[in-house]
Amino acid sequence: MNKISTDILIIGGGAAGMSAALAASSNRDLGITLIDDNPRLGGQIWRAELGKTKSPEALKLITAIESGRIGIVNNAQVFAAQNENSLLAQTPTGSTEFEYQKLIIATGARERFLPFPGWTLPNVLGAGGLQALVKGGLNVENKLIVVAGTGPLLLAVAEYLKSKEANVVAIAEQTSAANLRRFAFGLWRSPSKLAQGIALRSKLIGVPYLTDSWVESVSSPHVSKGSTSAPLNITFTRNRKTWTIDADYLASGFHLVPNTELASLLGCRVENSFVAVDEFQRTSCENIYCAGEPTGIGGVEASLIEGKIAGFAAADNEAEARLHFAEREKTGKFAERLNRAFALRDELKHLADDDTIICRCEDVSYGSIRDFDSRREAKLQTRCGMGACQGRICGAATEFLFGWEADTARPPIFPVRMENL
Amino acid sequence: MSYDVAIIGAGIVGAACAAVLTREGMSVIVLDAGGVATGSTAAGMGHIVVMDDSEAQFALTQYSQKLWKKLAAEMPVSCEFEHCGTIWVAADDEEMDEVRRKHEFYKTHGIATEILDEKALREAEPNLAEGLAGGLRVAGDSVVYQLTATTYLMDKAVAKGAVLKTGTRIVSVNDGDVELENGAVIAAGNVINAAGAFASELSPELNIKKRKGHLVITERYPNFVSHQLIELGYLKSAHGKDADSVAFNVQPRSTGQVLLGSSRQFGAETSEIDNSIVSRMTARAFEYMPKLRDLAAVRIWTGFRPATPDNLPYIGKIPGFENVYAAAGHEGLGITTSLGTAELLTDEILGRKPAISPEAYLPGR
Ligand SMILES: Cc1cc2nc3c(=O)[nH]c(=O)nc-3n(C[C@H](O)[C@H](O)[C@H](O)COP(=O)(O)OP(=O)(O)OC[C@H]3O[C@@H](n4cnc5c(N)ncnc54)[C@H](O)[C@@H]3O)c2cc1C
Ligand SMILES: Cc1cc2nc3c(=O)[nH]c(=O)nc-3n(C[C@H](O)[C@H](O)[C@H](O)COP(=O)(O)OP(=O)(O)OC[C@H]3O[C@@H](n4cnc5c(N)ncnc54)[C@H](O)[C@@H]3O)c2cc1C
Repeated sequence: MNKISTDILIIGGGAAGMSAALAASSNRDLGITLIDDNPRLGGQIWRAELGKTKSPEALKLITAIESGRIGIVNNAQVFAAQNENSLLAQTPTGSTEFEYQKLIIATGARERFLPFPGWTLPNVLGAGGLQALVKGGLNVENKLIVVAGTGPLLLAVAEYLKSKEANVVAIAEQTSAANLRRFAFGLWRSPSKLAQGIALRSKLIGVPYLTDSWVESVSSPHVSKGSTSAPLNITFTRNRKTWTIDADYLASGFHLVPNTELASLLGCRVENSFVAVDEFQRTSCENIYCAGEPTGIGGVEASLIEGKIAGFAAADNEAEARLHFAEREKTGKFAERLNRAFALRDELKHLADDDTIICRCEDVSYGSIRDFDSRREAKLQTRCGMGACQGRICGAATEFLFGWEADTARPPIFPVRMENL
Repeated sequence: MSYDVAIIGAGIVGAACAAVLTREGMSVIVLDAGGVATGSTAAGMGHIVVMDDSEAQFALTQYSQKLWKKLAAEMPVSCEFEHCGTIWVAADDEEMDEVRRKHEFYKTHGIATEILDEKALREAEPNLAEGLAGGLRVAGDSVVYQLTATTYLMDKAVAKGAVLKTGTRIVSVNDGDVELENGAVIAAGNVINAAGAFASELSPELNIKKRKGHLVITERYPNFVSHQLIELGYLKSAHGKDADSVAFNVQPRSTGQVLLGSSRQFGAETSEIDNSIVSRMTARAFEYMPKLRDLAAVRIWTGFRPATPDNLPYIGKIPGFENVYAAAGHEGLGITTSLGTAELLTDEILGRKPAISPEAYLPGR
C-alpha cells in the first residue's frame, strides 16, 4: 500500500478545503496535502466549471493552490481510519494511507431528498443532480422542467437550466412567502449574496416562483402508451388547491444535508446533525478541524471563511485566524437565517403513502418501516439504509419523517473494493 | 401476576424458547435490555449448518436443522430461507482425506453428502481459485435471514399470549423471580437465562466468553457464489485456542450480496472494527476466491459469539437452582441450534422425554 505523510491533511477540495489549504500553506515549515474524491478540485459549485471557470474568486483560489506547494491528490476517497493518525483512501490504482499531524475535514454537503409518490420514477431527479447531468452533456433544450423542493439551490439550478435553453415551467418552493420575505430582508446584511440573489431572479423572469407549494405526487401515465407527450404528470399543492402539470423532468431537492460521516467515524462530536466546532474550527477530537458545510449549511462564503480559519489555526497561526472571526460572524448569521427561511414544513412528512419507496437501494417502502421505533430496528428488520449508498439518501429522509437519529459512522464510509480494505 | 416462565434475552434463542413454550400453553414473559434480535443475533451469518466436530454438536445441529425445515414451510418470504447447501472446500490432498472422512461420518449419521473433485468443485463454484483439491457438498444446509426469523418467532409467541418487554435490563435471576434494574421484581415459576454472550453476568455458574467476529458484506453480485463455502480448515479456527484466527467462509444472500466471514478473537471486548483482522480475513478469502478482490464492500460489522470451553451450549437447569435454566453459549451456531435448544429446554421444564439426549448440554456437565 502507498503511504503519504504530511503535516496537515485536508479532506475535500471544495471551497472550504481549498481555502483551508491555502491558509495553511502560509506556514512554510509545514507540508500540506489536499485530497478529493473527484478528478478535479472545486467541490459542488466549482468542480464542473474548472478549465472554463467564470467565477473570478474560484479562479484565484485554484491558481494559487495549483501554483503553490500544496500536494493535491485527486480521485482519492477516504473510507476508513487506518491508525490513530492516518486515513485510508481508495484511488484508481488501489489504496493509499495518508498519515497526518493535523486533519481538516471539509467534506461538504449533499442534497436532501424527501419521498413522495413517484419520486423514484425515471426523469425525477435531484435539483443538483439534474444540473450535474446537464453539465455532463444532457441536452435539455426546450424540455419542460419543473424545479421543486426548497432552498436557494432551486433558483441556481433553474437559472442554469434556462441558460441551457430549457423551458422551466415553474419553481415550487415549499416555504412560505412570509419566511422568504424575512430572509430577503436579512440579506441586506449580506451584500454580495443580495446581488447574487437579484441577478438570479432577474434572469429568471418568466418563470413563476411559487411559494407555499410543493409536489404531492408524480406519475407517468403516458409512458406505457408510447405517446409523445411529456412523460411526467406532476401534482402540486398550493394553499390547499391542487393542480397538475405535464413535464419532461422534475428536479426536486430539499436543501442540503452535511456530510458528517468522516467526522463521526473519527469520533468527533456531532450535534443536531452538524459537527461541533469551537472558534478555531476545532472539533472535539484533538488535532482535527472541520470547516464548511459539515459544521452548518452556510453557502460558499461561509465555507471559504471557515476554511481560512481552520487552515490558519491548524498551521499554528491563531492570530491570523482570529482576524477572520468577524467575517464568520456575518456568514454564520446568514446561515442561520437561511436555514430558518427554508425549514421544512410538517405537511411534507405526510406525502409518502405505504407503497412509496423510502430506501431506493433496498426497495424498502414507507409502510414497512413506519411502525419501528428507531433507525437501527428498521434497518435490521427491513435493510432500510443498508444498501450501496449506505443510508445517505434515506437517512436524511427518515430523520425528518420519524426523527430517527443517524447511527455513528462505521468503516467503510463509502463502498470500497474488497482488495483495498 | 406470575408467569410460568420468564425469559431473559430476545435474541434468536430467547425468541425460539418463547415460541415453543407458548405453543405448549405456558404463560411467558420475555425481557431484553435492548430490542428483539439486537445482540449477537443481529451480527450472525444465518447459516443453518450441520456440524460434526463432536457427536453432541452433530446431534443438536442435525435435530435443529430438521426443525428449521419444518419452520421454513410456514415462514414468510421476508425470512429469506434458502436451501443453498454448504460446500466444505479442501485446499489439498490432505484435506481431501478429511473430505472422505466427513462423508463417511455424515453417511453413518443419516445425511447424504457428495464428494467433489477439483473439476466438480470448479463447476459448482466457478469463482473459486484454480487448483483447489475438491470439496464436500452438504445439500441439506441452508441460510436464513436470522433477524426477520427471530422477529417471526417472537411474533408467534406474542400471538399466543407472550408478553415482550424490551429496554428492560435484568440484574438478577432467582428461583421464582427476576429483578429489574429499577428494583422491580417479576415473579415466574421458571426463569430462563438466554442472555447470550452476557449470560455469565447474571449466572456466574456459566462459563461464557465473548468471541468476537468480523463480517464484510458486498454490493449485489447475483450468482457470484451459490453455496455457503467454508474452508475445511474452519474447524481449526473455530476450535483453536489462539487469541485470533481467520477462516474463509462466504455466503450467498438472497439479495445477491456476498457475505464474507469470518474471524474469531478472544479478549476483544469492544465492537470496534480491527483493520488488521479484516485484512487477514480478506487475504485468506482471496486465496480461495481471487475475484472477491474486485467486489465492492459496503459494510463491515462485528459481533460476539457466546463461547463455552467445550464449544457446546448450556441448555438446562443451572446447578444450585430449582427453576433457573440456561439457554446460552451457542458460539457460532446459535442461529442453527436455537430451535433444538428451545425444544430440549421445553421438554426439560415439562418433564418430557426429549428427542435427543440432553446430557452433553447440561450446565452441570
Ligand atoms: C448538489 C449540490 C449542488 C450545489 N450547487 C450550488 C450552486 O449551484 N451554487 C451555490 O452557490 N451553491 C451550490 N451548492 C452549495 C455548495 O455546496 C456550497 O455553497 C459550497 O460549495 C460548499 O463548499 P464546501 O467546501 O463546504 O463543500 P463541497 O463543495 O461540497 O466540497 C466538499 C468536497 O469534499 C469531497 N469529499 C467528501 N467526502 C470525501 C471523502 N471521504 N474523501 C474525499 N473527498 C471527499 C466532495 O466530493 C467535495 O468535492 C450545491 C450543493 C450541492 C450538494
Ligand atoms: C460473526 C458471527 C457469525 C455467526 N454466524 C452464524 C451462522 O452462520 N450460523 C449460526 O447458526 N450462528 C452464527 N453465529 C452465532 C449466532 O449469531 C449466536 O450464537 C446467536 O445469535 C446467539 O443468540 P442468543 O439469543 O443466545 O444471543 P443474543 O442474540 O445476543 O441475545 C441475547 C439477548 O440478551 C439480552 N441481554 C443480555 N443481558 C441482559 C440482561 N442483563 N437483561 C436483559 N437482557 C439482556 C441482550 O440484549 C440480547 O438481545 C454467528 C455469530 C457471529 C458473531
